[in-house]
Amino acid sequence: MATMTDRPKKSVRRRSFSGRDKVTLSFFIGIPTFLHLALVWFPAFATILLSFTYWTGIRIEDIKWAGLDNYENIFFNTPIFWDALRVNVIWLFWFALIATPLGILLAYQIDREIRGHKFYQTAFYLPVVLSLAVIGVIWNFLLRPDGFVNGALGLPISESVSFFGDDRYNIWVILIIASWRHIGYIMLLYLAGLKAVDMALREAASIDGATEWQTFRKVVFPAMKPVNIIVIVITVVESLRAFDLIYIIYGGSGGLPILGVLVFQNIAGEGASMKGAAYAVILFLLSIVPIIAYLRQQFKEDVK
Amino acid sequence: MTATLEPVERKLVLQKHKNSQKIKDRFISGFIGFFALAWLFPIFWTAYSSLRPYSEIRANGIFSFPKVLNLDNYVQAINRMELPTYFFNTALITIPSVFLILLLGSVMAFIVTRYSFKFNVAMLLLFTAGNLLPAQLVFIPVFKMYLAIGDLVGDRRILYDSPLGVILIHVAFQMGFATFVLSSYMKTIPKEISESAQIDGASVFTHFFRVMLPLLRPPLASLGVLMTTWIYNDFFWALVLMSTDKKRPITSALGRLQGEFVTDYNLLAAGAMIAALPTLIVFFVLRKQFVSGLTLGATKG
Repeated sequence: MATMTDRPKKSVRRRSFSGRDKVTLSFFIGIPTFLHLALVWFPAFATILLSFTYWTGIRIEDIKWAGLDNYENIFFNTPIFWDALRVNVIWLFWFALIATPLGILLAYQIDREIRGHKFYQTAFYLPVVLSLAVIGVIWNFLLRPDGFVNGALGLPISESVSFFGDDRYNIWVILIIASWRHIGYIMLLYLAGLKAVDMALREAASIDGATEWQTFRKVVFPAMKPVNIIVIVITVVESLRAFDLIYIIYGGSGGLPILGVLVFQNIAGEGASMKGAAYAVILFLLSIVPIIAYLRQQFKEDVK
Repeated sequence: MTATLEPVERKLVLQKHKNSQKIKDRFISGFIGFFALAWLFPIFWTAYSSLRPYSEIRANGIFSFPKVLNLDNYVQAINRMELPTYFFNTALITIPSVFLILLLGSVMAFIVTRYSFKFNVAMLLLFTAGNLLPAQLVFIPVFKMYLAIGDLVGDRRILYDSPLGVILIHVAFQMGFATFVLSSYMKTIPKEISESAQIDGASVFTHFFRVMLPLLRPPLASLGVLMTTWIYNDFFWALVLMSTDKKRPITSALGRLQGEFVTDYNLLAAGAMIAALPTLIVFFVLRKQFVSGLTLGATKG
């Protein structure tokens, strides 16, 4: 051992792997990379290609070139696509303008350690660990015709409000349920980020006479840039790819049209066709901008 | 400007500021408190209802004073909904998935941060970006591949409609996140540790399993808890890759149970509470790990 440490450090940097090490290294790199490429990247590219074809079977020979037909079909002959897109866009606006800012506001107040902050944090955090399937059951429990809300409104079952069925309410009801989880999620992420912002910075700002809002906007918010980008990614991705909650409430069909369920109907089960692939590509393209921004931020230093 | 203030003056200004803030804070606290209670109410109401027989509610209404409060619905839910079967299915998928994600993720992170190959950053980018692709984008080819591989080996259900297929897709996807998080953690471990291991003539295998892996315990714990919650809560993959309901994990099965037991809501409430139990345990016992896992990727740098 002693003689080995005597060797100059440079020799460590020179890569001369033994045969066994080469085998280990190729397994270490090979297995994860193969799995990831075979089950994520290859299928992703295959779906993009398949979205320009007709195909219903398993045999590769059956694939027929379709050009832009699937996309044309979606854009011009499938009115429900636009209905679904509308719902997703409303969802995105709701999350971006109401739910996410509320989560940030909560994090900011709880971080200031106002009275009861520990309890508040627990309360808002609880829904984050629940699965959307469980959340669906819980809220159905409150909102069904003989549930709590209709009962509290004093409506008998025959006159009860159908919160999930009535087009006037359903989207807003769904958004409230989705926010119930989203706000806590954003709060948790932001809270962790705020812990990293120097307290002295904020104190300095308040001594300088800055109002709380100015302090937040001019001092805290800019310092939180990495977290902000993650929050944006989560907000966009969750609102455009929403699926679980709608599926658990309405099942695979009908109810509130939303892109996630539309894709599901077209890729899984009997309705499967390459139109589904085109839907999936659209879903992917819609969320690509914030994702690229996120990747750029994370790999900024590495690329240098 | 602040730097010129004497410490005493500084304290005075802060004190004055704090007094006016105090009243405002009371108001804010009360407001948030109201919402916090509202936030807990749906869970509380479901838990409360799960303790009451549905017959009593049908007879006297949901706001009637409870005559009976017991765990009957829970016993019934476990038996009639066959919850143990679904829990077993969940374990069969979740445990191997999390184990493999952590193992392969740390192996990949180890290579990327400890051995300088040309394509390190590209690899890391590939894995991180892959994790962000929508599941729907990869589903069709994965489904066809699973069936084709099944035909090839003569057992159609070797990957499709089998826990193995679901495990593989979870591992392939989440490994990207694990690699990203673990590599940013590994960058903070001094390079000297690796160098001395190499000088001592440790093989790559020993270097990873004996030297690096023990140092990764904190992020592995957090990541493990987070991944367990995610995979436990996963709905999509088990739904589309499994056709036999009896093989599905509990989260996906809950959807069908909701349709089947629509006539007895309180039984369903008990079922949902039981399905939520493992995640609630995470919430109360392992919250530190969960939160730090959630923010591991978020607060890098």
